[in-house]
Amino acid sequence: MDNQKSVWRRAFEWHEARLPIISYIDHAVGTQYPAPKNLNYFWNFGFIAGFMLMTMILTGIFLAMNYTDHTSMAFDSVEHIMRDVNYGWLIRYMHFNGASFFFIAVYIHIFRGLYYGSYKAPREVLWWIGVIILIVMMATAFMGYVLPWGQMSFWGAKVITSLFTAIPVVGDAITTLLWGGFGVDNPTLNRFFSLHYLLPFVILGLVVLHIWALHIPGSNNPLGIDAAPADKIPFHPYYTAKDAFGVGVFLLFYFAVVFYAPNALGDPVNYVKANPLVTPNSIVPEWYLLPFYAILRAIPNKLLGFIAMFGALLVLFVLPWLDTSRVRSATFRPVYRVFFWLFLLNAIMLGWCGAQHPEGLPLVLSRLGTAWYFLHMIVILPVVGWLETPKPLPVSISQSVLKPAE
Amino acid sequence: MRNILLVATAAVALAIPSVINAAEEHEVHLAKQEWSFNGVLGKFDKEQVQRGFQVYKDVCSACHSLQYLAFRNFEDLGYSEEQVKALAGQYEVTDGPNDEGEMFKRKAKASDHLPHPFPNDQAARAANGGALPPDLSLVTKAREGGPDYIYNLLLAYEEPPKGFELLPGLNYNKVFPGNQIAMAKQIQDGLVTYADGAPNDAAHVAKDVTAFLHWVAEPKLDARHSTGLRVLLYTLLFTVLAYLAKRRIWAKIEH
Ligand code: HEC
Ligand code: HEM
Repeated sequence: MDNQKSVWRRAFEWHEARLPIISYIDHAVGTQYPAPKNLNYFWNFGFIAGFMLMTMILTGIFLAMNYTDHTSMAFDSVEHIMRDVNYGWLIRYMHFNGASFFFIAVYIHIFRGLYYGSYKAPREVLWWIGVIILIVMMATAFMGYVLPWGQMSFWGAKVITSLFTAIPVVGDAITTLLWGGFGVDNPTLNRFFSLHYLLPFVILGLVVLHIWALHIPGSNNPLGIDAAPADKIPFHPYYTAKDAFGVGVFLLFYFAVVFYAPNALGDPVNYVKANPLVTPNSIVPEWYLLPFYAILRAIPNKLLGFIAMFGALLVLFVLPWLDTSRVRSATFRPVYRVFFWLFLLNAIMLGWCGAQHPEGLPLVLSRLGTAWYFLHMIVILPVVGWLETPKPLPVSISQSVLKPAE
Repeated sequence: MRNILLVATAAVALAIPSVINAAEEHEVHLAKQEWSFNGVLGKFDKEQVQRGFQVYKDVCSACHSLQYLAFRNFEDLGYSEEQVKALAGQYEVTDGPNDEGEMFKRKAKASDHLPHPFPNDQAARAANGGALPPDLSLVTKAREGGPDYIYNLLLAYEEPPKGFELLPGLNYNKVFPGNQIAMAKQIQDGLVTYADGAPNDAAHVAKDVTAFLHWVAEPKLDARHSTGLRVLLYTLLFTVLAYLAKRRIWAKIEH
C-alpha cells in the first residue's frame, strides 16, 4: 500500500511520526479545531491581533539592525533609518503605527469579551492570560516609545518611571533600578531597548498559552450558550477564510494611515531630540495609554494615583467573580447591556481627559470617570448580576438560527 | 455587512481621543495652504523645492543648520551628478585630523552634509542675542500644524497690539506660541530673485521655503504616496477575493 502514496506524503508522515508539528498546528487553528458556527465579525480581532504581533516583530527586527541604543545617537539613527536605509521609512512607519493598530485590535477584542461574557466560567484562565498580555503590551509599547529619544520619549519616560518613587520604602530603589542610575539617561535607554526586544517574544509565548487555554472549553459565541458538537464547524477552512477577509479590511485602514497620515497618531514634539533642560508644554503618552493616565492624574495623591492606575488593570483579573450573572452574552442581559455601553463611553471619555491638562473640566470629568470605572467593576457588576432577569436563552445555536430568539 | 460597519465604527471610536487631542492643541488660526504634496496623489513640486532651497541658501542658512541634508540628496530633486558636485564645491567643510594632527578645510563632496553656520550652539546663541536658531531639518514635522504652521509663522510678524510688553530683542509674531520670537522678520517681497522668473512676493517666498523644508523633513514622501496607492489597491483586490472565497466556502452553512 505504502508505495501508492506520493513521495511528499511519505516524507510528511515520516516527519510527523517524529515531530507532529503540522498536526499540532492543525489542532490549534486548522481542520481539527471545531468552532461554533455563529461567530460574528468581532471574533476576527484575535486573529488580527496575532497578525499585528507578527508585523511588529518582523518590522522591529529590521529596525533593530539599524538602530543605535545610545542617547547621543538614537535620534540620529532613527533619522538614518528614515532617510538612508532602503525602505526604512516604510519599516519605521509600519512599526510606529503598527503599535496603535495592535492596540485598536486588542481593545476591540477585549470589549468583545466584555460584551459576550467571554471571561466567565470556564474561561477565567484564558481571560487572565489576556489581561497579562495587555499589561506586557503596554510595557513594551511604552519602552518602544522611549527608543527614538525624542522630547516626548525622554519626558514620558521620566514621568512614568518617577511614579515608582511613590511606593513606600522600596520605591526609590525600584526607580534607581529602572533608571540604571539617578535619572533617565543612557543606562535607561539601554535597558529599555533590551526589554523592548525581549517582551514581544514573551507576548508570543503568552499567546500560545492563550490559545491552549482557549482550546480546553472552545470558543465562546455571540449567544454565550455552550455550543453542541453539531453546531460547530472546523476552523479551517471556515474561519481561516473569514479571518483572511477580516485582516484585509483591517489592513486597508492600517495602510491608509501608514502611507497617508503616518504621523497623525504621534506627537510632533517627538521629532525634537530629547533635551533634559527643556520641558515640553504638556507631557502626554500615546493614545492607547491615555485612559489609565487620566486615572493616574485624577487622584491628587501620588501613591493613591499609582494604585488606582494599576488597580484599574488588576481589577480585570477578578472580573469573572465580580460579574455574578451566569448568563454570558449581553444579548440576553438587557440591564447589563446598558452598563456595558456606558462603560465603553466612559473609557473613551477618560482617554480624552488623559490628553488634556489636568485642570478644570477635564479634571472633574477624569475624577467622575475614574469613580465610574471602579463603581462599574466593583458595585454595578455584582448587583446587576443578582437583580437582573435575563431573557430566555435559546436551547441551541441551531434553534436560534432557525427561529431567531428575539 | 452590518457587523462590518459596527466593527469599523468601533475602530474609529477608539481612535477618536487622539484625533481630538491632535486637533485641539493649536488655537491660533492657520491659513491652510494648497500644498502640491497634499493628498493621495500629492508629490513635491521640484521647481518649487529648488526655489525654496535658494531662499534657504541666501537667507536662512546664515543662522539655521540642516543637519540631516547631504548634497547627494539633491539628486532626488533632479540634479545630475555633475550638478551635485558643483553645488558641493561651493561649500567648505572641516575635515581631519591630517598626518600632522591638524584639522583642515576642504571643498565639500557629494557625500558631505551641509555645513553648520556656527561651530557650536554657544556660538549660535552668542550671535543671536542668546536665542538658539533650531536645526530646521525636521521642523515641519516637529510643530503642531506642520507646513501650514511654518508658512504662517514666517508671515505673521506685525506691530504688537497696544499694551503688549515686548521683551527687548524679541519680535511680535501672531502665530508663534507666546507671540514673542527671537527671530526677526525674514521674509519680504522681492527678498530673492528666482532664475525661473517665478513670483517672489513674500507669500510665494514663504511658501517656497516651507515646501523646501518639508522636502528636507520628509524626503521619501513621493515614494510613500505612490507605493501607498499600489499597496492599497492590491490590498483591496485581496480583500474582495477573500470575501468572495469566504462567501463560497460558507454557502452551505446556516448561520
Ligand atoms: C539672523 C538669524 C536668523 C535667520 C537669518 C533666520 N532665522 Fe529662523 N530663527 C532664528 C532664531 C534665533 C530662532 C529662535 C526663535 C525663538 O526661539 O524665539 C529662529 C527660529 C526659527 C523657526 C522655529 C520657530 C518655532 O516654532 O520654534 C523657524 C521655522 C525658522 N526660524 C525659520 C527660518 C527660515 C525659513 C528662515 C529663512 C527665511 C530663517 N528662519 C532665517 C534666527 C534666524
Ligand atoms: C509587542 C510588539 C511591539 C510593540 C507594541 C512595539 C512598539 C514600539 C513603539 C511604540 C515604538 C516607538 C516608535 C517611534 O516613535 O518611532 C517602537 C520602536 C522600536 N521598536 Fe518596537 N514594538 C514591538 C515589537 C518590537 C520588536 C520585536 C523589536 C525588535 C526585534 C522592536 C524594535 C524596535 C526598535 C529598534 C525601535 C526604535 C526605532 C523607532 O523608534 O522607530 N519592536 N516600538
